Amino acid sequence: MNATVATTDYRRSKIHPKKFALLVACASIMMMFAAFTSAYIVRQSAGNWLEFRLPDLFYLNTGVILMSSLALHSSYLAFKRGNTRVYRLLLVGALALGLAFLVLQYQGWQALTAIGVELTTNPSGSFVYVISGVHAAHILGGIAALLLAILHAFVLPHRITPARKLRFELTLIYWHFVDFLWVYLLLFFTFS
Amino acid sequence: MANVETKPVVHDEDLLIEEYGYDDHFHEHHHGDKYQSNFITTYIFSQDHKMIAKQFLITGMFWAIIGAAMSLIFRLQLGFPEENMAWIKPLLGKWITVNDAGIGSLAPEFYYALVTMHGTILVFFVLTAGLSGTFSNLLIPLQLGARDMASPFLNMLSYWFFFLSGMIMFLSLFLNTGPFSGGWTAYPPLSALPQASSGSGAGMTLWLLSLVFFVVSVLLGGINYITTVLNLRTKGMSMWRMPLTIWAFFVTAILGLLSFPVLVSAFLLVMFDRGLGTSFFLSEIFIGGQALDHVGGSPVLYQHLFWFLGHPEVYIIILPAMGLVSEVLSVHSRKPIFGYKAMVYSILAIGFLSFIVWAHHMFMSGVNPFISNFFVIFTLIIAVPSAVKVFNWIATLYGGNIRFTAASLFGIGFVSMFISGGLTGIFLGNSAIDIQLHDTYFVVAHFHIVMGVAAFFGMFAGIYNWYPKMFGRFMNETLGKIHFWGTIIGAYAVFWPMHYLGMAGVPRRYYRFDSFAAFGQFDAMNQFITIAAIVTFGFQLLFVINFFYSIWKGKKMTTRNPWGATTLEWTTPINPGHGNWDGKLPTVQRWAYDYGKDGKEFIPQIQPLGKDEKDGH
Repeated sequence: MNATVATTDYRRSKIHPKKFALLVACASIMMMFAAFTSAYIVRQSAGNWLEFRLPDLFYLNTGVILMSSLALHSSYLAFKRGNTRVYRLLLVGALALGLAFLVLQYQGWQALTAIGVELTTNPSGSFVYVISGVHAAHILGGIAALLLAILHAFVLPHRITPARKLRFELTLIYWHFVDFLWVYLLLFFTFS
Repeated sequence: MANVETKPVVHDEDLLIEEYGYDDHFHEHHHGDKYQSNFITTYIFSQDHKMIAKQFLITGMFWAIIGAAMSLIFRLQLGFPEENMAWIKPLLGKWITVNDAGIGSLAPEFYYALVTMHGTILVFFVLTAGLSGTFSNLLIPLQLGARDMASPFLNMLSYWFFFLSGMIMFLSLFLNTGPFSGGWTAYPPLSALPQASSGSGAGMTLWLLSLVFFVVSVLLGGINYITTVLNLRTKGMSMWRMPLTIWAFFVTAILGLLSFPVLVSAFLLVMFDRGLGTSFFLSEIFIGGQALDHVGGSPVLYQHLFWFLGHPEVYIIILPAMGLVSEVLSVHSRKPIFGYKAMVYSILAIGFLSFIVWAHHMFMSGVNPFISNFFVIFTLIIAVPSAVKVFNWIATLYGGNIRFTAASLFGIGFVSMFISGGLTGIFLGNSAIDIQLHDTYFVVAHFHIVMGVAAFFGMFAGIYNWYPKMFGRFMNETLGKIHFWGTIIGAYAVFWPMHYLGMAGVPRRYYRFDSFAAFGQFDAMNQFITIAAIVTFGFQLLFVINFFYSIWKGKKMTTRNPWGATTLEWTTPINPGHGNWDGKLPTVQRWAYDYGKDGKEFIPQIQPLGKDEKDGH
């Protein structure tokens, strides 16, 4: 495909450069959320901080995104087994659950507003909106990758080439990452 | 430039690469270069790291000229506040107000805009993108023996995001309300309230947008640099055989990748405060006699987030310069770099420490003095790896057979500047002394010498040294030497006196000082600084002329390895195509600094070890 990414067999056992680059990018995204959550802690300790209970929808939603990750992973396993039907079905399932997550997050924000925590009410609420909003933007990126994966799944014949496998793995790593990120954020909101 | 070699000369390097090189079947993939078939893909949307490096460099030079010209205008204001400035009205338009007597003066709000833009442009566009962007791109693949970056496409995007970012900033200069004017650090409330000053409205919006794109550029570049260093080193290039340039770029990229996202967080929160009425950074504020709705925000929180990037950022600027200088000093003193491993460990130590010193920028912001103690200690500890590096540079020069080329002169000048600026850092790192010195010209002198001028010296050393690699021609040496002497004398003349101003308490960023009787004695000194700045700027124009003249008319490179260096970039053809080496990839047999070993002047990294020879550190 691309001769500049060396076809170097003396290091074939090593991780593929693109996969490694994705992991580095994930570390970078993680730093952004580390900044948000540490700003949250610093601001919280300064007082004038409205305490409220996170709407249950956010917890329900965690189940949805976990299911989506599970579906994508099973789809990947089916892809490697050569089971086209399961591979395609679960891929669409993962996308549907991902979209459901976004819709439910939106309803979660509405539930927050309904209990009187608006965007501008108090920094405690503002942080929840901004952090979960930026997370949702990263989910959107994952959904774009899933759409591409679905396009490949339905248009291209099912062949298990290294390039196809790598592409799927990149999508999978990113999707697991944004999923993990949400679990981290939810635990953070719950226990901080 | 066509890839022609006039005579079929057989090069020693080719024989070595043919015999020991690694065959990655390059030519079976590439018949010609499918990426570079026409003008647009060769010169504009190029995916060749060498072309992208030149794009970063020339864009950086464009910004350096603009940023420096801005500094001349505000220096004129500081040195000669009474003089008639009507003559720059054609350039600055309404920002020069002309009174009835025909005397023009610089509008105070534009003075602040100039100071802000000068800082933003120099820190981000010139010394981050122009320095690390240029040399990471040029040298990482060439010195590691790779065909290109891990992702040439992301690399191209990295440049074009930088370009877009620059265009947005450039547009903001022409706004009716002026560009952002609240300082390059963009502290709230000036950055978070659109009505706070004339530049806080549209100017700040464009500033934020521009810098977000800039961060995208840095991240795309950084991901590539890290991945390339870890995954695409040629056979035999172990981490401990990498030249110090690569170590420096590698750690720089890690710092950028971990700190720039934090800046984006801060910017996002500022955007919410500006546009959507949140109160992350805004507390109870009256503006124009009117109380705002914002309650309970903390401007100091912004400072924490900003300086969590801001401090690593100064090492993002200086580490590449350090790497370039290490290489240039070793090559031109014909000696191995002294203490290679100590150099690597100090780069790593500086990189690590840079993340836990940020609050030394905030000693006077009302942070807890006990917390300041912690930051004082770590700040002073940074002096240790820095001193190790300085010692090693001097020890490398000591007893060397030094060739005083423009490149090595700038390398030596870098060491001088780094010592001068580093020593004043020890003053400023103490929170007690900082009570007197903070926000004075002492700080301005310190950071300009240690990360402004020093980083420029590293960059110049790199440009003079690797110019033949970039363009196949040499820059004019005589002009280069004149450039060096003019710059080092000029830079000290500009910044040395500022230490005295600062110790006397003259505050930075003030528009004029005539209402302060205590500072009246410094009028002559301010005039001297301004004149020195203009003269030094003139010497930089000499460099620019030399640079562009030499692209077309410079002395042609006739040998592949003009400096007698050991590293891999000098084993490629004189005008390497995309893919760098024509046939096999070179493999690395030894470390990067075999100078003067076994009676040979230098031994390239592709030369296999002799029978009883040990790979030397």
